Amino acid sequence: MKNNLITIAVGGLIVASAFQSCKPKSTSQAVTGDAASKVYVAPGKYDEMYNFVSGGFSGQLSVYGLPSGRLLRVIPVFAVDPEKGWGYSEETKPMLNTSHGIMQWDDLHHVQLSKTNGDADGRWVFVNGNNTPRVARVDLKTFRTAEIIELPNSSGNHSSPFLTENTEYVVAGTRFSGPSDNANGDVPISSYKQNFKGYLSFISIGKEDGKMDLAFQIECPGVNFDLSRAGKGVSHGWFFFSCYNTEQANTLLEVNASQNDKDYVMAVNWKKAEEYIKAGKGKKMSVKYAHNTYSDITHSATSEMKTEVLVLDSKEFTDLCYMMPCPKSPHGCDVDPTGEYIVGSGKLAATLPVFSFTKMQKAIADKSFDGIYDGINVLKYESVLHGEVKKPGLGPLHTEFDAKGNAYTSFFVSSEIVKWNVKDLTVLDRVPTFYSVGHLCVAGGDSRNPIGKYLIAYNKITKDRYLPTGPELSQSAQLFDISGDKMQMILDFPTIGEPHYGQMIMADKISKNQVKIFKIEENKNPYVTKGEGESKVVREGNKVHVYMTAIRSHFSPDNIEGIKLGDEVYFHVTNLEQDWDVPHGFAIKGSTNAELLIMPGETSTLKWVPDRVGIVPMYCTDFCSALHQEMSGYVRVSPATSKVPLQFSLGTNIPKVITAEVTK
Amino acid sequence: MKKISILAAIAFLAIFEACSSPAKEESNGSHEAPKSMVADPPSYDPDRGEGKWTEENINLKEELNPEWVASGESISNTKCTSCHKLTAEKLVGPGWEGVTKRRKPEWIMNFITNPDVMIDKDPEAQAMLELCLVRMPNQNLSDGEARNILEFMLKNDGAK
Ligand SMILES: [Cu+2]
Repeated sequence: MKNNLITIAVGGLIVASAFQSCKPKSTSQAVTGDAASKVYVAPGKYDEMYNFVSGGFSGQLSVYGLPSGRLLRVIPVFAVDPEKGWGYSEETKPMLNTSHGIMQWDDLHHVQLSKTNGDADGRWVFVNGNNTPRVARVDLKTFRTAEIIELPNSSGNHSSPFLTENTEYVVAGTRFSGPSDNANGDVPISSYKQNFKGYLSFISIGKEDGKMDLAFQIECPGVNFDLSRAGKGVSHGWFFFSCYNTEQANTLLEVNASQNDKDYVMAVNWKKAEEYIKAGKGKKMSVKYAHNTYSDITHSATSEMKTEVLVLDSKEFTDLCYMMPCPKSPHGCDVDPTGEYIVGSGKLAATLPVFSFTKMQKAIADKSFDGIYDGINVLKYESVLHGEVKKPGLGPLHTEFDAKGNAYTSFFVSSEIVKWNVKDLTVLDRVPTFYSVGHLCVAGGDSRNPIGKYLIAYNKITKDRYLPTGPELSQSAQLFDISGDKMQMILDFPTIGEPHYGQMIMADKISKNQVKIFKIEENKNPYVTKGEGESKVVREGNKVHVYMTAIRSHFSPDNIEGIKLGDEVYFHVTNLEQDWDVPHGFAIKGSTNAELLIMPGETSTLKWVPDRVGIVPMYCTDFCSALHQEMSGYVRVSPATSKVPLQFSLGTNIPKVITAEVTK
Repeated sequence: MKKISILAAIAFLAIFEACSSPAKEESNGSHEAPKSMVADPPSYDPDRGEGKWTEENINLKEELNPEWVASGESISNTKCTSCHKLTAEKLVGPGWEGVTKRRKPEWIMNFITNPDVMIDKDPEAQAMLELCLVRMPNQNLSDGEARNILEFMLKNDGAK
């Protein structure tokens, strides 16, 4: 065995040295000898960082440990999740409510950690629902979605959620412009230029509780707002949005939205907008959007429908928005740690322009304009430009920064990451990715104080990377060590959905604040059962409420009779455990809805409508103890006309209590 | 296929290097044995159990405090009686009758506030586990809650 190992190792050495002589052409060749030790986290040891990664078309948020790439958690946000009962239990259904009704599946693209003084503070993470436009806040004490707000006047909520440096606002631009919600939308699509508008939403964030409120929107020209970044440091108070389709085309965009030599990065003075709103300059627009909040005390969500939004018209305030010309369909517009430089990544451009905030301020003061676009002043390209990175690669998308003044840009078409210096714009290093990299993320790379150290690439295509799994392969993340002069790939691991974007944060900022149980004495769910003595079954007309408890290894009650066809049965199950990591499950045969997974001290409700007469078993689905198999019970379902009294019991075959029928 | 074998070779190399190089020792962990392989430390006191509670800091009085008894009963109803009967009958766990006569107050207090450690170390607790097959959950009792439950157990055993 030892001999074999040495042979393989020597073979490996020869192979490795053979490759050192030539430039790596693929990622498998890019891996060098010490990669495994850099990502090895021994059993029982913790990872150094949390990595929050969007689950793309799964609608969820995934959490990985780095550098190991261990999947730690999938947090359900915009889509139902059978693993956690999200969207299935009666308590969580309202979280998926929208003005269109319950939305079971959305598309989640961006992730941003809350910030204090420009650095990730580990309190919340914000994510966007792309399809039916929403922004969600996930509480990092519980790793649960705490709040979801729908956005009116918006479609394809792509340029969101992006945060200001003290989490004052989270913004959301619309990717698809259109007629406003309260306008008559029954217009010819060819009237795009007259009737279509783009709205930018500013959601304010409560300082202590993180509560979101749609503070105002800015009505802008009808273009596609793709991505956004807040200014920081010197540029705090400004937001930058990349705009493509400034041609305002409405068909075959891949050709027709690539006509202009330059599109724009729009700079928005949000402090000014705030002043105008305070001065009452916002116009009320009637709209309809859902605002959903989840409480850890009632263990349930509420959904509220709101009907009004304040709107500022960009045309009416000449000092609110400015257009900075940016070559060919800009995607990312990323701000460096100082806040001085804004990198515009024109997907179809051969150069990478870097704008200077100071120059932009001067150009505004000097009125160095190059015309007006739909009521908004266009700044002269030369007067706002710090410089261009020449021939950086093909298809630049996103840029993040390290602590040493370097930038890292992903190139989708040439499948590579390019490192360059922000000040002098020279290219320093490039590495291949496998394949089609979209976003990348540097630890702290969007903050005022990047950690550097790790860079991760999120790739769209994974062909040839892993064992094949039919026509679809998992997408992947690739981790690079960027602590030295050269980037070094050290790990390649599969992800859920599309790992669109992610953010890293030092583990201790989050791990120390974890909620381990919900205190049973603080449980204010209206259907809580605090102890087996309180468990009961109550009939209200054709609704039957079962107040049930779960503890290792039984339910109370475990036998219920007197349920009739036509009844709606609500199992309100309280997990009496007060021990970390001991959920109980609840499943009942024939439930077309779902199952439950109930955390220690939590109450969760399953609605069940029996469809046939008989004996129906129920059981715990989470292996909770040596006697988990025994954690089960029966429900007897009788015909609608039956006279079987409602009764329930635990530990005896003789019914102990018979509740009176509540007549309406 | 070729790519995969090269990758495997390189990965092996990396592991091999990591094992043989003393500089890499830290990343291999400290090689602590898992808990269950550790012999009972000689310091363990089977009368007191292990935890913060001692005869002194429990401070039993001559007479029961009726408020504590009542509070202990209500906490037990939420956190304990799903598994323990107040009689001698075993449910999931042993019945409570006589518990204050079988065990010292500090043992009880340590057991209910520190069950995981006690189940791992205490011979009596291990004997109960063989019988019940369910490890008593840590119900996250506060000091006050645990003390009140003890008071209720004493009352249940006939103390005045
Ligand atoms: Cu269970």
